[in-house]
Amino acid sequence: MTHTLKTPRPEPVCGMDTWMPTAASIVGVRDENFNTRTFTTQFVDEEIGRRYQFAPGQFNMLYLPGVGEAAFSVSSDVSKPGRIEHTIRRVGSVTRALWRLREGAMIGLRGPFGRAWPMEEMRGRHVVIVAGGIGIAPLRPVIYALLNQPGYCKRLMLLYGCRTPEDRVYADELEAWDNRHDIEVLVTVDNATGDWAGPVGVVTDLLKRVKVAAQETIVLVCGPKLLNRAAAWNFLQLHVPPDRVFLNLERNMNCGFARCGHCQFGGKFVCSDGPVFRFSEIEHIFTKEDM
Amino acid sequence: MSSESKALADFFLPRAGLDELIGVLLAEGYQVLGPTLIHDTVMIRPIDSADQLPRGIRDRQDGGLYRLTAGDPDLSFEYVVGPNGPKPYLFPPKLKLFDFRATEGRFVLEAGPPDVPKYAFLGVRACELAAIAVQDRVFGMAEPGMFRCESESWYTQARENALFIAVNCTQVGGTCFCGSWGTGPRATKGFDLALTELRTGFLVEVGTPRGQAIVDRLPVREPTATELELAELKLHHAEEEMGRHLRTDDAKEVLDQNLEHPRWDQVGNRCLSCGNCTMVCPTCFCCTVEDSTHLDDDLITRTRYWESCYTHQFSYVTTGPERNTIRGRYRHWLRHKVSTWWDQFGTSGCVGCGRCITWCPVGIDLTEEIAAIRDGGGE
Repeated sequence: MTHTLKTPRPEPVCGMDTWMPTAASIVGVRDENFNTRTFTTQFVDEEIGRRYQFAPGQFNMLYLPGVGEAAFSVSSDVSKPGRIEHTIRRVGSVTRALWRLREGAMIGLRGPFGRAWPMEEMRGRHVVIVAGGIGIAPLRPVIYALLNQPGYCKRLMLLYGCRTPEDRVYADELEAWDNRHDIEVLVTVDNATGDWAGPVGVVTDLLKRVKVAAQETIVLVCGPKLLNRAAAWNFLQLHVPPDRVFLNLERNMNCGFARCGHCQFGGKFVCSDGPVFRFSEIEHIFTKEDM
Repeated sequence: MSSESKALADFFLPRAGLDELIGVLLAEGYQVLGPTLIHDTVMIRPIDSADQLPRGIRDRQDGGLYRLTAGDPDLSFEYVVGPNGPKPYLFPPKLKLFDFRATEGRFVLEAGPPDVPKYAFLGVRACELAAIAVQDRVFGMAEPGMFRCESESWYTQARENALFIAVNCTQVGGTCFCGSWGTGPRATKGFDLALTELRTGFLVEVGTPRGQAIVDRLPVREPTATELELAELKLHHAEEEMGRHLRTDDAKEVLDQNLEHPRWDQVGNRCLSCGNCTMVCPTCFCCTVEDSTHLDDDLITRTRYWESCYTHQFSYVTTGPERNTIRGRYRHWLRHKVSTWWDQFGTSGCVGCGRCITWCPVGIDLTEEIAAIRDGGGE
């Protein structure tokens, strides 16, 4: 299993100069909440299914003929390569059409693309995962990889924030992880509804409840821009080194492999130099608007 | 192959030989692309005889200004670059990638892209050759290990097929600054043949064995000392007469260290975000790939189109465009061109052709903008 922790950059499985989608069928649909679903897909071609490999943090371009293509982080367990999951929130025309798919539907897939989370840098460290809303999707493979390799990291903590309890993704797994001894889970909501009895406030408020050993810590962040900035700032204030804070960024993507130019952030191609970035690589542009 | 230490040319081709040259290229199966007069501009289009070249034409270019003027009636290449060049041929504004179907649980390729053309570019300038070398890096041809993904195969094949007959500029345009980047006015690499025009004919420098094979079929002779001297004089004159100048040794740092300079606001107020500059720039490569489907068929056509970072949709995410202001989009474009291009491709994205200055409706001049940021000016 240790190969999954070596952050490879697997070859994408698409054809025709990396523009031809590969057929995959939906084999499972699970509701996460009112506007988010996790789809399990399997490649139609078994040989491709055997060849396909992704690293935590990478994404695929998912294609629905007649509708379009969009980038989605792979959200499944790397050790189960035959069944690839994507967690999709219905926010636009492509996501809305994908969200409506049922078991048996066929989609196209190009990938995997992107730079993965730095699994090797988590060895022996305190791993703090900070996620907001749907941002937990690209972090789920990290959690599984670390839980599947006991003792690899010294400590594992998940700080997860959502607008309301109804916006939570992977609610069942959050509870299951909470019951484990090898991961600490803290979940907060901006606004409490129903019988929510947990913390209320932004995700960075959770830092008041935990002790961070800055020199031993590596931080992985994924969420809306404001959360990314707040989390990065907070951990730097706690003296976590800037080259050990990692962020997963989002940009408009068309190709996925640094050809179309859409995803550029400063001079970085988010699809290829990212989507995972070390804070120190982007700090000169990270807090600027209109980049 | 440095042209300082060797003679400018190996051969002289009398003027009538130009038509023969075109004939030889056509006989070899090339589609010949050369400068032509259309819509009061000089545009590169297919030609099949020397008669179609502009004769006795010069151009006057400035910020937002392009005019043709009368020149020496015996000369066919006295103008400089117009709005297009080799780019729309090697990297077409619209290119079908393939046709495919989604049937029986699979995606099936029906047809690939159009056949790769065999182009002979006649009259290509040094700055354009430099731009092609830049695009070679962008599309992954040069130093494949340096770039992230596989090379663009249609471009790579079209590029390898293409023959380049350069013309050294003997007049320099009002917006030209190739001298600042060392990309001209004299062509020093990337050509199969390089011509320097005199009234009586052309000095011919051979660049490749392919070029030599063409020359072998033409009525060339050895150039005289006078002809060589005259050509050198004209080229030297061109070097002295650059329309614009840009200090390039620190252009990257000037922009990187002044991301919030007030000059960006000032130019952002003038820029229309029209994207003309990205259309005429010979190195811009951004594109969008889109599918079109057919109502009566399940055939899908995947097409690649030119795209500009100045459009609203270019950086669009769920919350809106990431570069939401014209200031931000102009800053992105200029910074990409002279700064981050270095980080991405190890070269400048600008070759000093001046087209962005000429074809900007409001005459924004990047040499002026960079100088203003460097000198701290900003109104």
